[in-house]
Amino acid sequence: MKQWTAFWNILLKDMRSYYLKPPNISWGIIFPLAWTAMFLIRSGGRLEDVFTLLPGVVAVSILFGTTSMLAVTITFEKRSRSFERLLLAPISLQMLMMAKTSGAIIFGALNALVPVLMAAFLVNLSQVSWGLFLPAVLLIAVASTFQGLFIAVAVTEVFEAQTFSNFFRFPMIFLCGLFFPIATLPAFLRPLSYVLPLTYGADLLHGAVHGGHTMPFALDLAMLGLFCLALFVLSLRNIKRKWILQD
Amino acid sequence: MTSESPIIEVSNLAKSFGEVTAVDSLTFTVRQGEFFGFLGPNGAGKTTTINMLTGLARPDAGAIRICGLDALANPKAVQRLIGVVPDESNLYPELTGFENLCFCAALYGLPKAERSARARDLLRNFGLAEAANRKVAGYSKGMKRRLTVAAGVIHNPRILFLDEPTTGIDVAGARQLRHLISDLHRAGTTIFLTTHYIEEAEQLCQRVAFIVGGRIVCSDSVERLLQPAQAKHILQIAWANAAPDLPRALSESFPGLTFSAPRQGLIRVEADEPIRVGPLVRFLEDRGAEVSEARKIQPSLEDVFVRLTGIEVEAMRKEKEKAGPPQ
Repeated sequence: MKQWTAFWNILLKDMRSYYLKPPNISWGIIFPLAWTAMFLIRSGGRLEDVFTLLPGVVAVSILFGTTSMLAVTITFEKRSRSFERLLLAPISLQMLMMAKTSGAIIFGALNALVPVLMAAFLVNLSQVSWGLFLPAVLLIAVASTFQGLFIAVAVTEVFEAQTFSNFFRFPMIFLCGLFFPIATLPAFLRPLSYVLPLTYGADLLHGAVHGGHTMPFALDLAMLGLFCLALFVLSLRNIKRKWILQD
Repeated sequence: MTSESPIIEVSNLAKSFGEVTAVDSLTFTVRQGEFFGFLGPNGAGKTTTINMLTGLARPDAGAIRICGLDALANPKAVQRLIGVVPDESNLYPELTGFENLCFCAALYGLPKAERSARARDLLRNFGLAEAANRKVAGYSKGMKRRLTVAAGVIHNPRILFLDEPTTGIDVAGARQLRHLISDLHRAGTTIFLTTHYIEEAEQLCQRVAFIVGGRIVCSDSVERLLQPAQAKHILQIAWANAAPDLPRALSESFPGLTFSAPRQGLIRVEADEPIRVGPLVRFLEDRGAEVSEARKIQPSLEDVFVRLTGIEVEAMRKEKEKAGPPQ
């Protein structure tokens, strides 16, 4: 019970201190809006393109929202030594990091709702398989957050967190089949697509929104789950090695 | 209040960072209810030791038992019993003083009503009641230190680790903080204090360990460490305009006394018997020295530290100046 009290209060503090600040709320709205507008303009404003654009915009909104926030907030707390206070608390490292990442996961999932709401004004979304769409959003948010955690542990400065995040994020936009099918990529780049978690998330979203998926849903879900687990375990190991054990 | 039973037991603790040995075979115990000082210059290994005791760093070798628990095997169980006040504030500047304390209490699983009551009590006791609803970003350095100490004891720990608590704050703030720490000790909390302000340790601690270069050079009660030094009689004479070989001339003329010159224009005289001031002053004035002051010095823990470690007082002072204003 005591662990859950700590978990809830860490989550609540992070939501208040970071995620629910006006600049972040506006970022969460403007960013998906800009992406949607950009692709709609590019496609000549054809509403039928909304279905093919929506998975990409949703995935990018989650990816940028979660990785930016988590990598920066953890690096900032590490620099200001307030993260040390959390490490000194009698809660397990797993629970602590779950609490720290939950805020980013919720923020990412809420970011995904913005393009969905915008799309709902433009087209009829009754064909969307929500039973698949919502778990896909959640899993992409978890995987992206854990990527942000992995980055936060690897760097020491806030600006490094941003740079390192972009190093991963921008290639992912083009390699994960968000806006261009993986099959259209040069052959030498294709294997790279399949070692990125977002590829499986994007495939799920495409399947849920317009049925255009290339892999079995079970495989997508399993791969995303595996990536989540691997990134979390790897990040915890790095935290223990770099921040606690100080070897 | 102090019991004979050990609450912290450290044996053969060692830690290196690459080629640098930070802590080398440390062995010591702290008794329940004791005010224990861990003294040494900057870089002596004090913070590394605290980090290992509190679960923030893993030792390369050695064992730590805290409240009877193996601290290396059960760091989280130990963290429930200890409070830590680091050398710099680790509070959240965007939260108010009250919110910071409530948050810290929540980390230890305290129920909501208890968190608020405890936070209000501490804010009042630490003289921060009026600033309770102000953001910590706007606090003075002294206020931040007091709030950091309050955050360290929010869960009523059995042991409080204080890492250089008065470094960098003004004289009045440091004095106030020392009173608060003494009150916590009187209330039964075991205190583990690291500092390079030796006079602070002399004022507060019951027992101290001197650490230099990662090794403990001496550990004993303040009283016992001072005893041999206090048996000595010490006189300090300030003078100007005299020949540079004056200390040598003094040694030849007063064979029963020991002379040293801690700095230019200052002579320190030590003897086992009471020292007669008149003949010394006359001797100096006959040789053209202008004596401005001659006073008896009460040997301090700093003298004991200098004698045992060989670290010059001046070097310690320079470190203090670098670290912050004198306390």
